[in-house]
Amino acid sequence: MLEIRNLHVKIADSDKAILNGLTLTVKAGEVAAIMGPNGSGKSTLSYVVSGKEDYEITEGDILLNGQSILDMEAHERAAAGLFLAFQYPLEIPGVATMTFLKAAMNAQRKSRGEAEISPTDFMKAVRGAADKLGINQDMLKRALNVGFSGGEKKRMEILQMALLQPKFCILDETDSGLDIDALRIVSEGVNALRAPDRGMLVITHYQRLLDHIVPDTVHVMAKGRIVKSGGPELAHDLEKNGYAAYVGEAA
Amino acid sequence: MAAVKETVDHVRSIDVDQYKYGFVTDIESELAPKGLNEDIVRYISAKKGEPQWLLDWRLDAFRRWKTMTEPSWARVSYPPVDFQDLHYYAAPKKTPGPKSLDEVDPELLATYEKLGIPLREREVLAGVEGAKVAVDAVFDSVSVVTTFKEELAKAGVIFCSISEAVKEHPDLVRKYLGTVVPTTDNFYATLNSAVFSDGSFVYIPPGVRCPMELSTYFRINEQKTGQFERTLIIAAEGAYVSYLEGCTAPKRDENQLHAAVVELIALDEAEIKYSTVQNWYPGDKDGKGGIYNFVTKRGDCRGKKSKISWTQVETGSAITWKYPSCILRGDGSSGEFYSIAISNGYQQVDSGTKMIHLGRNTTSKIISKGIAAGHSDNTYRGQVSAHRKATGARNFTNCDSLLIGDLCGAHTVPYIESKNASVVFEHEATTSKIAEDQLFYCMQRGLDEEAAVALIVNGFVKDVLQQLPMEFAVEAQKLIAVSLEGSVG
Repeated sequence: MLEIRNLHVKIADSDKAILNGLTLTVKAGEVAAIMGPNGSGKSTLSYVVSGKEDYEITEGDILLNGQSILDMEAHERAAAGLFLAFQYPLEIPGVATMTFLKAAMNAQRKSRGEAEISPTDFMKAVRGAADKLGINQDMLKRALNVGFSGGEKKRMEILQMALLQPKFCILDETDSGLDIDALRIVSEGVNALRAPDRGMLVITHYQRLLDHIVPDTVHVMAKGRIVKSGGPELAHDLEKNGYAAYVGEAA
Repeated sequence: MAAVKETVDHVRSIDVDQYKYGFVTDIESELAPKGLNEDIVRYISAKKGEPQWLLDWRLDAFRRWKTMTEPSWARVSYPPVDFQDLHYYAAPKKTPGPKSLDEVDPELLATYEKLGIPLREREVLAGVEGAKVAVDAVFDSVSVVTTFKEELAKAGVIFCSISEAVKEHPDLVRKYLGTVVPTTDNFYATLNSAVFSDGSFVYIPPGVRCPMELSTYFRINEQKTGQFERTLIIAAEGAYVSYLEGCTAPKRDENQLHAAVVELIALDEAEIKYSTVQNWYPGDKDGKGGIYNFVTKRGDCRGKKSKISWTQVETGSAITWKYPSCILRGDGSSGEFYSIAISNGYQQVDSGTKMIHLGRNTTSKIISKGIAAGHSDNTYRGQVSAHRKATGARNFTNCDSLLIGDLCGAHTVPYIESKNASVVFEHEATTSKIAEDQLFYCMQRGLDEEAAVALIVNGFVKDVLQQLPMEFAVEAQKLIAVSLEGSVG
């Protein structure tokens, strides 16, 4: 499903390398977790895969369902089914959440050559998904993410994910800033989207998220590479022993 | 929201640097000889069959104008205008005056059709939502037709071209013309007083709520021609009117001059809502051509508890010099100014308002949203003042600027002056840039870059768009997207 081959990335217009030969494959139906210390390049990986422009890929390739996506712009990758749940979701003042959701859904449908969603179907889809995430109607009328709490912003990310039904989801530190209850709601939302034809990459610092979203594989990232891969037990190891061993290994 | 989708569709459907109203109507015109002197003033007055008092008024203004110099305080720069190299009167030959629709040159009707302005009343009636809008269509120097006049007359509303009003309602014109913007007011207003050609006249009698939206659609067609329209709107005691003005011009390499004067008068407890969607040709992507829009617009809240509200969406013109203002004379009167000014390419905008508090307990509100893209410069210039008798006056001002790219400029120049200790004036201003991260966020959800910019900008101007009459809000939203074509990337 998602295949990252020997990826080398530096910040555009600088010599600062962030990813140094990262290789990772996530199959359809698989939930892979990436863990790693601060500064290991986890967020950069999520940005590079989703097409943010501030980076330069000096070597390697990223494939989605066997197709290289390096030449695609961010919105084209989105239409191809790639979704990034942001660590810090952006505020869009003056644009009602509902308006934004509809614009995004229709933009993706349009670029796939599909008809626009009918207002009734749209309302139904939004209501259904919002109820499950405990998002009330008032929140949908407010400007997107403006004045939302950290937990509300994260729930809004999962709502968008549920509505857009992406093929591959990247969750960047979705647990940061969440209290226990919000963590449970968000995790349930994510788990509900687990499907045999959908892959997920969950980026986190902490084991606690992985108690709720149990991964199939766990990868440890340090200094821009995957330095160890294993099953869910690897996450527990890390929780106990920390990253020290891996940071040394990568150097 | 369907409108956002339309905006997005619209962005996709047009080419970069395309001004869709840029066509020229091939029509035979009667032109005054180039240049400006007393004979030209007499020529214009004679063409329109004006009474002696109006000719004298014009000549008086012209003599005054000769002693004046162009203002230079605005943050705009342009080569000096050669006022002798312009035609001051241009009229389509076959329509000497406003007539019934059947007599209007089909070429002209086709022009307005192309612009999307319905001049046939039955077409308007067949329109959606039963929204009726009466239109006065001004082509170069003359009004070609005014619709729904009879229906309006039943309500006692007078809506006609100002030339017609001079003939049919001389007492009203004489009583109010020049009482808000005197002939001596400023360089362009004085020039306009001398050579004004046509424009609209509205009178709403006491206690009448105008049964439909009124609008005037201005079109400059002829080359090397200035358009000097004059609009006069009077709302008598307790009356209400909502009026909209729209404007376009062909794409031409040379700069064209537009110097209008608009005067609004609201008597006791009357309300006037004046909306403008200004889409004059802004020049090409290198800054060549475009309209110089030097306009004086002022409303006088003459009566107690009267209200005047200006809403403007400024997207066109090479240079905009425009400050729709309110004189808050009546006790308890209020003024509002809502503005969206968008500049792209090499456009220069210096626009804002004046709220002059003279009466007691007068209130005013200013919401200005400036958006600068490309190489443009966008200045908000506003004055809020309180006379010593203006006890209890209040103003709230909010000016936000949004920058797109790093070659444009946004400036805010507020003048605040109070001679009464009891007044409360508040001023808020922000300047922001569309963040790359915001764009990336929208694009990650599937919007392309221009759709993302349009969405963010529409969010930015939402407070003002809400003030526009519904039909025009949608139009304005599209226009915003079009104006920002090619502003990114």
